Amino acid sequence: MIGFATRRFVQAMIVMLVVALLSFTMFRFVGDPINQMVGIETSLEDREALRERLGLNDPIPLQFYHFISRAVRFDFGTSYQFRQPVSELFAKRIPATLELSFTSALFALIVGVPMGLFAGLNRDSSISKLFLSVSLIGISLPTFFIGILLIFLFSVTLQWLPSFGRGETVQIGSWWTTGFLTVSGLKALVLPSITLGLYQMTLIMRLIRAEMLEVIRTDYIKFARARGLPDRLVNFRHALKNTLVPVVTITGLQLGSIIAFATITETVFQWPGMGLMFLQAVQNVDIPIMSAYLMLTAFMFVGINFIVDILYFLIDPRLRVGRP
Amino acid sequence: MPTVSNEEAKADVPERSEAAAATGRLTRMLESDFLHAFLRSRVTVVAACGTLTLFLLAFLAPWIAPHDPFDLASISILDARVPPIWMEYSDPRFPLGTDDQGRDLLSGIFYGMRISLIVGFCSVAAAAVIGITLGLVAGYAGGRVDALIMRIADVQLTFPAILIALLIDGVANGIFGSLDRDVFAFYILIVALALSFWVQYARTVRGSTMVEKNKEYVQAARVIGLPPVIIMARHILPNVMGPVMVIATINLALAIVTEATLSFLGVGMPPTQPSLGTLIAIGNDFLYSGEWWIAIFPGLALALLVLNVNLLGDWLRDALNPKLR
Amino acid sequence: MIRKSFVFATALLVAGSCTAVQAETLKFAFQGTLNALDPYSLNETFTLSSLGNTYEGLTRRAADLSIEPGLAERWEIVEPNRWRFYLRKGVKFHNGGDFTAEDVAFSVDRVRSEGSDLATRVPADAKVEIVDDYTVDFVLTGPNPILHYEWDTFYIMDKEWTTEHDAVRVTSASDTAANYAALHANGTGPFKITSHEAGVKTVFEKNDDWWDEATHNLDTVEFTPISSDATRVAALLSGELDMVYPIPVQDIKRVNDNAGTIALTGPELRTIFLGMDQMRDELLYSDVKGKNPFKDARVRKAVYQAIDIEAIKKKVMRDLSTPSAIMISPFLFSRAGEFERYPYDPEAAKALLAEAGYADGFSVGMDCPNDRYVNDEAICQAAAAMLARIGVKVNLNAQPKAKYFAKILASGGYDTSFYLLGWTPGSLDSWNVLDNLMNCRDETGAGSPFNNGGFCDARIDELSDQILVEIDPDKRDELIAEAFRISHDNAYYIPLHQQGLAWGVSDKVQLVQRADNQFKFRFVTKN
Repeated sequence: MIGFATRRFVQAMIVMLVVALLSFTMFRFVGDPINQMVGIETSLEDREALRERLGLNDPIPLQFYHFISRAVRFDFGTSYQFRQPVSELFAKRIPATLELSFTSALFALIVGVPMGLFAGLNRDSSISKLFLSVSLIGISLPTFFIGILLIFLFSVTLQWLPSFGRGETVQIGSWWTTGFLTVSGLKALVLPSITLGLYQMTLIMRLIRAEMLEVIRTDYIKFARARGLPDRLVNFRHALKNTLVPVVTITGLQLGSIIAFATITETVFQWPGMGLMFLQAVQNVDIPIMSAYLMLTAFMFVGINFIVDILYFLIDPRLRVGRP
Repeated sequence: MPTVSNEEAKADVPERSEAAAATGRLTRMLESDFLHAFLRSRVTVVAACGTLTLFLLAFLAPWIAPHDPFDLASISILDARVPPIWMEYSDPRFPLGTDDQGRDLLSGIFYGMRISLIVGFCSVAAAAVIGITLGLVAGYAGGRVDALIMRIADVQLTFPAILIALLIDGVANGIFGSLDRDVFAFYILIVALALSFWVQYARTVRGSTMVEKNKEYVQAARVIGLPPVIIMARHILPNVMGPVMVIATINLALAIVTEATLSFLGVGMPPTQPSLGTLIAIGNDFLYSGEWWIAIFPGLALALLVLNVNLLGDWLRDALNPKLR
Repeated sequence: MIRKSFVFATALLVAGSCTAVQAETLKFAFQGTLNALDPYSLNETFTLSSLGNTYEGLTRRAADLSIEPGLAERWEIVEPNRWRFYLRKGVKFHNGGDFTAEDVAFSVDRVRSEGSDLATRVPADAKVEIVDDYTVDFVLTGPNPILHYEWDTFYIMDKEWTTEHDAVRVTSASDTAANYAALHANGTGPFKITSHEAGVKTVFEKNDDWWDEATHNLDTVEFTPISSDATRVAALLSGELDMVYPIPVQDIKRVNDNAGTIALTGPELRTIFLGMDQMRDELLYSDVKGKNPFKDARVRKAVYQAIDIEAIKKKVMRDLSTPSAIMISPFLFSRAGEFERYPYDPEAAKALLAEAGYADGFSVGMDCPNDRYVNDEAICQAAAAMLARIGVKVNLNAQPKAKYFAKILASGGYDTSFYLLGWTPGSLDSWNVLDNLMNCRDETGAGSPFNNGGFCDARIDELSDQILVEIDPDKRDELIAEAFRISHDNAYYIPLHQQGLAWGVSDKVQLVQRADNQFKFRFVTKN
């Protein structure tokens, strides 16, 4: 176990290092940051002086070394646009993204699981087919389009829900702000969460349905039925339980991609999270924010992967078979 | 199946979830009994016909489209934003109306679909080639090679398609100076999509390869001294192609949607060479102003295309999944 | 922030009971963000416009953009090279500090210091002499009739406050720690900034101790950046915001049709134009080898005459543009009316091309921003289609402004053959246009740095020098007219139009839309 975990850990570290190298080298070539920092009227000499001060003229390996040694201390420098430390900017934006991601994951589970169960158990009912068709259409439209349509319908036409931002937020502690505690904050969460969660919801629904269909056919379920156990018990105690393992795993893996894909939703709804900041940073060639965002998402993915691997090891007996 | 070795089980378990996540869009589906299979196949027949029709419209666009939206000399800004034919102020030359530059929307959709599909096919093909090769090598060789490739795959997974496209776009601009977007946007997109999709193939193929390589026929081939390349290509590859086909089909749909999203973010096809996604992105700006057709018609075309391809993918998966037969 | 919602609730109650005292909050959104609060760190319209509600200059501009006294009550030219400014007495900064001549001298030093993006506001060789606490002299090395033209955005900072918080150095991009002045503001203006979260929200509150009589009735102003056009318009239509700008021209009708909102449109001072590479001997992005067609005035005129500016106005700009024959807004140059565009005439254009030896046309790459000016990319596309009709094949390269400017300006080596650009003279004066766009330049940009096409006309250079020092307005205008005439006759540039401003405003709000696209809260009333 220790050996397995250590090996995985070392591998994860290497992955992070490679990501760091990639994000560093790639962003080194995106546009010219100097143009973003100064106005249109700044002279060429001033630009060159600034370039020198920022260390953009240092040899590449030296720049990379500086980059890494700062990154491990969570120091990604100062944003070119905001003139504030990137870590502070992220600290302010992270709650918004995490709350949005959490709510959309919750939405996906709460809606997706029952729909999937229903569709799995009542395979031939027309409602199941409706679920499937609707979900198909849902995933056939790009996220941004769904977002725009929702705004058009619920904000502009019906005026029920806000079209942008987080509403009023409440400060908790020194660095967390939440929209969960105010009415406007909760209202503001609805449309973005649906937009972001729709795809995951579809995924979970289909997954549960497929798993149910398979599980129901297995011998032990057939046996349970043969023993005369009531349907409800069979369905929920035995079948559902077996279905949930992969669902939980996938939800875990999807959490990372939710955070990554929040960029689009955040752009459409002007949600003040990390994703929006990242996209604006790309447009404005704000390299420190871009590299920090990339490192952060990479860290999350690698972290989740690592935990999932370890969990597998703990849960799945097959992995332990034949171990000395 | 021969006894599950430790190594293999380890590979197999994450595989299951990965493949499901990967197969993403549609996940696993349908099942066996006769009545349902029939109903199902009716949907499939419709989907197949639909897909074929759309493909034909797209690839025959230069011959069947009423206008050539890429011929700048033939379009006039004075024809901009003409509504569809059943509305007031419409123009019989433009059955579905025109976009903001005066391009015929119907022709634009045909051509746009063509570009979307070409981007989709090329990127899927590129992803499959990279993924299958690496998957075969990783699965067959095992050990350090395997670990290396799978770690690269991990790195890859940390970068969503959008980030990759943004990166590649920036890097390309940085290295080659300013490029002619008309020409290069297309290649950038393909590279970006291929790089974000190959992992699924690699993981799936690797899993299957690990199972196959312990089977008697592979061992037999090895015993008679065939080189690994031949064994991989001749013997293992055909046996792992099933899942690859499924992923490829579903990936095609995903590629089309992703391309549209990238165009929305401004790193996709330029408005001078619009794909369906670009057309929607352009039309988005005109949704509130009443010129809904510029976004809605390409949006419908995109949805139809993706839906049909997805349905085909579903069917393919069921057909190739022995557990559900 | 629970407290805030409580305040809001009370505000509603008060409004409901219809009493005289009303706490009015203006909520507005802009396309871009307000980053640093340091008034010298970025020379950009929106930043300066926003900070202009908190900071003030010695002069300010009225609703019609005329220059009026700001922190200086009056000024006079005591000697040809000596300007004397009499400062307003009793003015206090938001922290209670007094405004004196020391602050002016300090601000002049700071604005010209390293890291300042507004260093050109005060000539480098000008000296400041403090006469007494409320009198300051500016000593110049030569006559300069337009010295104070851009001082409405040269904001005066408090010496004590800045020194006390260790913010004397202008926030520079290479600083690793945030500068106090980048996160806090201490001006003399009608509004204080009470909270600022860059890229998310900035809150302004009324300054009760403002020296001038407030004509606005606002207590609080909340600014949110919303970059997506659709979301910004939606937020206005749904009543969440009182004012958003800019709104896309196509949504003007929607905003007007919607109950409770109107679109406020007007001319902007920015001139949009096309420029051509006239410096290189061979175009970078063209199938013409060994020569540069744009060096031939006939080719430039052909391109000029191939563009149907009225069609662009009608279809792309939806009538929200004013076609222009010169490189400056007619509001800024009294004799603009003497100029007339070359007529749209594709046949004449073809003839000119044939005469120049390009009967079959040629191909050329065109650079265009896609997020900088109103419908910039659509204008370029339309122009490309129009040029296709005279045989000039345009390969359009439309990019976000960051990449676009990096390519076509001096820092990118003027890497362009044909481009679209917009220009507002910061001083609202023609000399700025000549100095930046029309004088000769070398490869590094010395000379006119934004003459990207690099054409060189000795007479225009000569005229610019004369215009700078000419005090007599009529003579000066004559010289300016001559320079613009030369540019027009040679088609050095192809001016397109002055774009329009479009702001979306709730019925509840009255405000002033200034032609320089600055939004000043002091002109706002809400009911």
